[in-house]
Amino acid sequence: MIGAWHLSYLRLRRRPWTTLVLVLSLALTLALPFGVRVLMAGYEQQLLQRAASTPLILGSRSNRFDVVLSALYFRQARLEPISLPERQRLQDQAEGVVVPLHLGFQAQGYPLVGTTPEYFERRHLRTRSGHWPLMAGEAILGATVAKRLKLETGNFLFSDVPELYDLTVPPALKLRVSGILQASKGPDDEAVFVDLSTSWILEGFAHGHQDPEEVDSKLVLGGDEDGVVMSRALLSYQEITPENLASFHDHGDPERLPLTALLFWPASSKEGTLLKTRINQGQALRMFDPQKVVEELLAYVLRIRRLVDYLSGILAAVTLTLGGLVFLLSSRLREAEFRTLQRLGCSRFFVTRLILDEIGMVVSAALLLALTSVAVAGLFLGDVAAWLR
Amino acid sequence: MNSPKPVIQAADLEFDYGGSFRLRIPALQLMEGEKVALVGPSGCGKTTLLHLIAGILPLQSGKLEVLGKALEQQEDAARRAFRIRRLGLVFQEFELLDYLTVWENLILPYRLHPDLRWHQEASNRAKALAESLGLSTLLHRFPRRLSQGERQRVAVGRALVTQPGLVLGDEPTGNLDPDNARRSLELLFQQCEAIQASLLVVTHDHSLLPRFDRTLELPALALAEDHRS
Repeated sequence: MIGAWHLSYLRLRRRPWTTLVLVLSLALTLALPFGVRVLMAGYEQQLLQRAASTPLILGSRSNRFDVVLSALYFRQARLEPISLPERQRLQDQAEGVVVPLHLGFQAQGYPLVGTTPEYFERRHLRTRSGHWPLMAGEAILGATVAKRLKLETGNFLFSDVPELYDLTVPPALKLRVSGILQASKGPDDEAVFVDLSTSWILEGFAHGHQDPEEVDSKLVLGGDEDGVVMSRALLSYQEITPENLASFHDHGDPERLPLTALLFWPASSKEGTLLKTRINQGQALRMFDPQKVVEELLAYVLRIRRLVDYLSGILAAVTLTLGGLVFLLSSRLREAEFRTLQRLGCSRFFVTRLILDEIGMVVSAALLLALTSVAVAGLFLGDVAAWLR
Repeated sequence: MNSPKPVIQAADLEFDYGGSFRLRIPALQLMEGEKVALVGPSGCGKTTLLHLIAGILPLQSGKLEVLGKALEQQEDAARRAFRIRRLGLVFQEFELLDYLTVWENLILPYRLHPDLRWHQEASNRAKALAESLGLSTLLHRFPRRLSQGERQRVAVGRALVTQPGLVLGDEPTGNLDPDNARRSLELLFQQCEAIQASLLVVTHDHSLLPRFDRTLELPALALAEDHRS
């Protein structure tokens, strides 16, 4: 009967605040578990997708979650480094593609990832403008970084100094933006990629400065046939340019140049399994199957989701009870109205329809609002996943 | 000239309130166009009689014909349909719906029954009724922003909007001061005359009785027994 529907609609419309509170509380109750499920499912999918696209990771014998999450999502963690020669050793042991990663530094809050061009190839990353870093001091930015920092190819950004008051730490390095990556809706969008040599300059393994033979002799503090001791007043370069590139040099043992992890794409899964077994029998390093590690991690996440489900269930029960009470009390308060309607000629069925239509409209509006909220949350899934990472 | 027909014709009506109170109406007749007052002490069964005539309460025994319809033969649904289409009811508390505007309250019967079709003619009639009741400027207001007299006029309008053959009033002026009560009753008479409706009004205000064609005193008409005493 259209009358009941129309009257219910008018009553709800003429009590906007009561209706709004009812709709919002019900929508929240519905949206919360749905939203959490959608976001968690999306988050899980993103995590697994990234893990599945990376067959093996070689790292130190640190916490497996730290190694894998750092290598996949550039999460900052204090990891034992592995040395550069491990790259060649891995390459010699099995057929496949080895991609080195160096992490631990940031540029304006975003992770600085030292790697080689194979990384971009393996991750199917494309440039929106510019090119991959071809020399030390160049950086290619993930799409989100470029957007948020409003940087274009040819602009500059500085690396962050990890310890501001530690004089032994190399100063910030001015990085030239050599290119911008296309958005890939993954952690690569939120990273700054540099050549490995840039990472090692930031670590302090290499540096560039004025030629000691061309500077004021007062800056030379001493020396012998192995080298000279220079004053700290000697100008160290904070920017690498084609002009001063040749002045950059390292003083350490190239065998000790650090890497955070090695990503490995074996030629066959059998080769990967054999390699993993062989390496994991040793003491120094560990090879991880990222998919298994992420699945293990997600098992914990699922427990949290279950907890959220229980809490949502309790919230739903409380809201529904309160909603029921509101309608019950409202029905009591409306007894005079219902009596009038029946006296005028309405049936009990009409009065019941009046209440049910009202409940139906509130529930429908709440459901619509909840679904819209979940859909909108789904649109920001990438941001939420990035935030969760 | 046609002789007036009976609008209400009752014989041997009985209504028992679970053994403690029994209303008996041996005979009752109300003619077409008549304006009749129903008086009697509190608790004598005036409202019960009105509810029996309106079909709100089912008949237990006796015969009752209202506007040519034998109510004792009607099921509840038929009585409700008859009430909403053919009768107009005005209550003491006016009983307007507070979330509807004056206009929406006025045309409420059209929202409540599918047999009452809302069309241009009905709309024009409702507007004319609102005009004659002095409600034209108040149509978008809600009942809480109206005076008692204005609410009463809306209640009268709601009772008359379907052009009923019989209007039943249960102390419709009971909540009004004497001046307003007189004016309201006058308005009710005028409107009933305009649509040639008969009127049966329960009232305690004896000063209004001369305005009616006839007065029915319930104890004289009915045998009301109180077994509690």
